[in-house]
Amino acid sequence: MAFIIFASFVTFVLFLSFYFAKQTKSASGFFTAGGQIHWFVNGVSFAGDYLSAASFLGICGMIAVVGYDGFLYSIGYLAGWVVALFVVAEPMKRLGKYTFTDALDSTFNSPGIQLAAGISTLIVSVCYLIPQMVGAGVLVTPLLGLPHAVGVIMVGTIVIIIVATAGMKSTTYVQFIKGALLLIFSTILVIAVCHRGLTTQPDHDGKKPYYDYRKIPGAQQDGRIEPVSAGFTFAAQQSHATPQGELVIDFVKLEEKGRFTWWQVSKNNETIELVETASETIRGDGTRFINGIENNNELQLGSLVQIAGKSGKEANTGPVGIFKMLSLLSDKDTIVKRWKKAAVFSDGDHMITLFAPIETTGNKIMRPGLQFKVEGTILQRLDFISLMLALFCGTAALPHILIRYYTVPSPACARKSTIVAIATIGFFYILTLYMGLGAMVNSVVNPFSDNMSAPLLARSFNTFLFAIISAIAFATVLGTVSGLIIAASGAVAHDLLDRFYNLEFNERQKVIIGKAAAFTVGLIAIILGIVFQGMNVSYLVGWAFAVAASANLPAIIMLLFWKKTTAAGIIASITVGIIAAVGLILISPDMFERYGLLRSQAPFQLNQPGIISIPLSFITLVIASLLTQKKNGQVATAK
Amino acid sequence: MFHQPSRTSNSDYAVGYKSKLGILMFIIYAVIYAGFVAVNVAKPTLMEKNIIFGLNLAVVYGFGLIIFALILAMIYNHLCTSQERQQSENAAKGGQE
Repeated sequence: MAFIIFASFVTFVLFLSFYFAKQTKSASGFFTAGGQIHWFVNGVSFAGDYLSAASFLGICGMIAVVGYDGFLYSIGYLAGWVVALFVVAEPMKRLGKYTFTDALDSTFNSPGIQLAAGISTLIVSVCYLIPQMVGAGVLVTPLLGLPHAVGVIMVGTIVIIIVATAGMKSTTYVQFIKGALLLIFSTILVIAVCHRGLTTQPDHDGKKPYYDYRKIPGAQQDGRIEPVSAGFTFAAQQSHATPQGELVIDFVKLEEKGRFTWWQVSKNNETIELVETASETIRGDGTRFINGIENNNELQLGSLVQIAGKSGKEANTGPVGIFKMLSLLSDKDTIVKRWKKAAVFSDGDHMITLFAPIETTGNKIMRPGLQFKVEGTILQRLDFISLMLALFCGTAALPHILIRYYTVPSPACARKSTIVAIATIGFFYILTLYMGLGAMVNSVVNPFSDNMSAPLLARSFNTFLFAIISAIAFATVLGTVSGLIIAASGAVAHDLLDRFYNLEFNERQKVIIGKAAAFTVGLIAIILGIVFQGMNVSYLVGWAFAVAASANLPAIIMLLFWKKTTAAGIIASITVGIIAAVGLILISPDMFERYGLLRSQAPFQLNQPGIISIPLSFITLVIASLLTQKKNGQVATAK
Repeated sequence: MFHQPSRTSNSDYAVGYKSKLGILMFIIYAVIYAGFVAVNVAKPTLMEKNIIFGLNLAVVYGFGLIIFALILAMIYNHLCTSQERQQSENAAKGGQE
């Protein structure tokens, strides 16, 4: 069923693009849908563009694993629209034609601005494309049973067809339909979550037996830890040596009625407790075992141990209201069992991955702190502030969002469509908290990839909801990638080739070059989507926001509101912003970990560059503008 | 479907007013957003405090930021639209005189 719904949706999308292809003859039609889109359609399409894989898959997945910290992304992403509406929307519409470079360059007609802004658009679009393509790969594995790379190639191919056939008009209508469906079915999913209520033994309404991870006492004997509980027999153990040469036993393997499971050793004073882990074993012949039983399905975890002080059957709440659900989950006597990767090792020809439970009280789940260390060191707090700053400033600087201001007929329509966007996106972001928390407590989180939490939550209700939610998630990726590729192709065809190199193309040639650029950028996106497999979708988008906010926002804001802004100031600001943001990301602790180096070796100890790169870009613009006042003679009068 | 005729923008006589109003509303929102970030960094445990309907400060403030953005946006649109209409009418009267 999942495949039929998915295939129907993709066919419909392709039909739409071929239908609109007949109407796209001019460059204006290709890049901005002729500026004829109704503001309401454009507003919902904004939501379609904006609610990307990061929002739907990434945020819900992050909330499912770290609670409220994931919701911070929702708050930051939405707050960014305030900057877009109050500061950027109408002036961008008044000043530009096809791309945001047009607006930046409206006063100066400077080749330097065209080059810098064109390259910036390309870099930001590619940064944003990577997580979308990774998201596509993540989706197809459980949906269609295909490998990651196949999913990425599929999305890339479909998007190239959509963009290369019709451009902005078909992209807009795909976004409109997708945005609307996303809101409708996410609402249905949240209603279903509240109607199911909370329980300490989630069994997917009887469809999937609840697996109770246990705790038993243990005792140390002859250099090994034995279970002190009937029915269990010691089979093996996993240990490590401390720098002092002491051997510490971390996990033991126990046999129970022919089934082998792994248990974490927990020592408290003199007592030893064995805590059952969630284990995945891949044998040498390729067979896969979950908790000692042969199983090819995803490992699914996450449940409540206690609800407001109650456990067992008396804790079942039955249907709950929207406030009651959050109230129960934030109770200090509610305990959530979350899971963290504890070890990966080989046991003979078996490859073992273990996930250990962490019990966290509700009051900590429902406030920041589990992902972002707001109670940690000064640097950790600065990291949090830096992220929130980048999210706030990033939205109004994203090229694929900015170009949508040229698809409506007037500045007033640009304003109204932004308000529709705020309403739809804001509503959706409130739903993310419920979907994420629903996933957290309903045993649906796959610890290998939390990105699939929302679709897997839907599957815990029924296959139809799963199929439709997955198809929408796939369309989410399709739509966002389409928008990004149009923005990138506009940067190449219009900003760089047409304006910077002055290759005077006629309308038809511009469209052909735009399509060729879309094809090339699409291919690059496919390759990057395969290369970056396994990276966290939301996290990558956070970086894309930081790069966009540093490279583009200072130039946009200062052009609009500081009359001494010069072309040299804008060029310097974009260049410094993009180099600083990308450079600081490359030397951050997270990247050093990916390089296989120690986090402490990173020369820049913040993971989020925004707090440095955004002010640096502003300062650069001011200094460069002041230094070039007389020389340039041209100052901004755009306001 | 849902298309409206493409037109070049008429002269917008309310640009200055809208610009100032936009900046004012942006500052109001930015201060409240900064307050949210500041509380989280300075005293995160305050976010656990029960405020209303059993919801803690983190949820109330978070939802509040989303809803407040929409309220401000609607007020902004209402004021801008009124000003645009008024300015256009004034300009039309000026043209007739």
